[in-house]
Amino acid sequence: MRINGARAVIESLKNEDVEIVFGYPGGAVLTLYDEIYKTKFPHILTKHEQGAVHAADGYARATGKIGVCIATSGPGATNLITGIATANIDSIPLVCITGQVATPFIGRDSFQEADVCGITSPITKHNYLVRDVRELSRVLKEAFFIAGTGRPGPVVIDIAKDVFAAEVDYEYPAEVNLRGYSGKYIGNEKDLDKAVKLLKQAEKPLVFVGGGVVSSGTYISFREFINMLGIPVTSTLMGLGCVEPEQKGNLGMAGMHGSYAANMAIMQCDLLIGIGVRFDDRVTGIMKEFAPKAKIIQFDIDYAEVNKNVVSYLSVIGDLRWSLPLLCKKTKIYAEKIKKNSAQWIDYVIKMHKNNPFSYKKSDNHIMAQEIIEKTAELTENDTIAVTDVGQHQMWAAQFFKVYGPRHFITSGGLGTMGYGLPAAMGAKIGCPDKAVVLFTGDGSIMMNCQEMATLADYDINVKIIVIHNHVLGMVTQWQRMFYGKRYSQSILNSKADIVKIAQAMGIKGIRIDEKTDLIKILKQTLAQQGPALIDVNVPDTEDVLPMVPGGKRLDQMIMESEAANK
Amino acid sequence: MKYQIAILVENKPGVLTHVSGLISRRAFNIETINAGYTEEDDVTRINIVVNASDNMELNKVIHQMAKLIDVIKIVNISELPSISRELILVKVKADSPGVRADIVNIANIFRAHIVDVGHQNVVIELTGEQDKLAALVDMLGCYEVLEIARTGPVALSRGITPIKNM
Repeated sequence: MRINGARAVIESLKNEDVEIVFGYPGGAVLTLYDEIYKTKFPHILTKHEQGAVHAADGYARATGKIGVCIATSGPGATNLITGIATANIDSIPLVCITGQVATPFIGRDSFQEADVCGITSPITKHNYLVRDVRELSRVLKEAFFIAGTGRPGPVVIDIAKDVFAAEVDYEYPAEVNLRGYSGKYIGNEKDLDKAVKLLKQAEKPLVFVGGGVVSSGTYISFREFINMLGIPVTSTLMGLGCVEPEQKGNLGMAGMHGSYAANMAIMQCDLLIGIGVRFDDRVTGIMKEFAPKAKIIQFDIDYAEVNKNVVSYLSVIGDLRWSLPLLCKKTKIYAEKIKKNSAQWIDYVIKMHKNNPFSYKKSDNHIMAQEIIEKTAELTENDTIAVTDVGQHQMWAAQFFKVYGPRHFITSGGLGTMGYGLPAAMGAKIGCPDKAVVLFTGDGSIMMNCQEMATLADYDINVKIIVIHNHVLGMVTQWQRMFYGKRYSQSILNSKADIVKIAQAMGIKGIRIDEKTDLIKILKQTLAQQGPALIDVNVPDTEDVLPMVPGGKRLDQMIMESEAANK
Repeated sequence: MKYQIAILVENKPGVLTHVSGLISRRAFNIETINAGYTEEDDVTRINIVVNASDNMELNKVIHQMAKLIDVIKIVNISELPSISRELILVKVKADSPGVRADIVNIANIFRAHIVDVGHQNVVIELTGEQDKLAALVDMLGCYEVLEIARTGPVALSRGITPIKNM
């Protein structure tokens, strides 16, 4: 088939079963957009390239498929950077297609030229600059393979403008041939046997689950393992949903804003089994004193994660799709022994969690942020996808929204990208049209990409936006209150911008809730209505996210609600 | 401590930048780096010497590099019996017959080659282990060294097995 490079891109997307792309046109990708027009390839036009990449990311997180976005050269491509870095640190599979200036102009500081491969090298799993149309189909095949296999991640394909226009005999490769990358990671079974042996000996075992279980789609094996042994389990932010909320021994999230029981259990356990976690500093507290009494077993697909942050006693390197079912099989015969050994510990941990749940000060007059999240969870179906922006509301959502399954809590974990939520929620809803999608955001975060409300309106994407409006940069003021002598430098917003009117002006419904008595009624009404809507809820400005492990402290040095109240 | 690492990579533009960028992003100091063709047309061998506090730190950077798609193989040559060589070219001022004779003598002692002679200078070429090269540079320090170009070490493991098969 003799076609041009742009058509070859479209054909390759079809060959990869790409359902939809998010993007924004520009000079270098005009030929590609011409083919999108001609082939009617499904495309969402966002209002900003950052919106496109976060939407592709939200789509990928919600569906497990590879998200695809398109941007033009130079400023178009550089507007993707925050989204690519967000996806990279959370291991989200993306293919980002960027236009580049035509080959004769590369390297001459031409109009709208940027060294996209150079810029994205540290924040991608891999990237390509395509200067020859004959390479195009191979590169696309490889890019999708690399993005979606092994530890997933973003891949950038930077395509010179004249490559889109050049003609080629198109044939899509059946397979990829990369000498340095197989995409399959089958580990050493002997390591698994050692893990089982340690588990048999443990008296205080604890499982620590992370995003790896979500991205590998192994939560069924994981739940089987937990149910079989009754071991207490704690989660990272990225691992929320891997354990059912009502699961006995589910301690919720660990780390800086984790539960009391989760953090204390980490400090006291004698065996910590980390599954698909990378021991990020937000979760370990002071790293040297993380799980000081425990032998740490690390299950991970990525060899580079071993001993990166904390030192493991044993590592089981390999795809969780290989290791978790095998772990279940190998531990089954010892299940009763393991349960018996750790019975006392399990009772102790469960009791500790029961006595120290996530809690907050109730108020007769004010609507509390945590209350909004709790009520929303109560008013929505269990398969609702909760998306968050970044800040206090994000942590409260992690603490108080009951997440029933993986891919149902979508948040920027590693990079902490404010402005992520709205476009990601949009992508999630497009990927999962049958599920309700609720975005929790703050008055700081929503403004960072508020232009995407217009995209919701244009395509009638049914996302419900709940703005937890405290008139400050909540997490910043919390730190300033706790560690900077209440000097609220540049963190008091009290913006004159009316978020409800912004929503209305962008073409979606906007409602404000000021009175506590209106909360449930309006929430209920709005959630039940079709179409996108924004609810702006005023909450107090001095609430802290608690518990909190201050930076440089051990996990058992949490500031609890009662202590904070006494300050 | 210094470690010598050999990396086989796809012979593609930008790979050397990826490798060196990754090492420096991880806060390791690259002592020397060089890249060249190998027995296979599409494979480049990058030889680097890095400073790392211990093996564990070194392994971290090796594992990170191994994740690069274009990296085919990485071997810590320091752990293996190996031969390591470095090339140096030194331009020395030699504007009198006496100085020239001295320099020729020094070159002979080191089994170096005089590869260029002018009215006012000579250029000496020497390959060898790093300390031998250092000794030559030290001796020539008594004269006026005008310019030095050196490659940094390259190394091959001993025995029949090439690192690509390790």
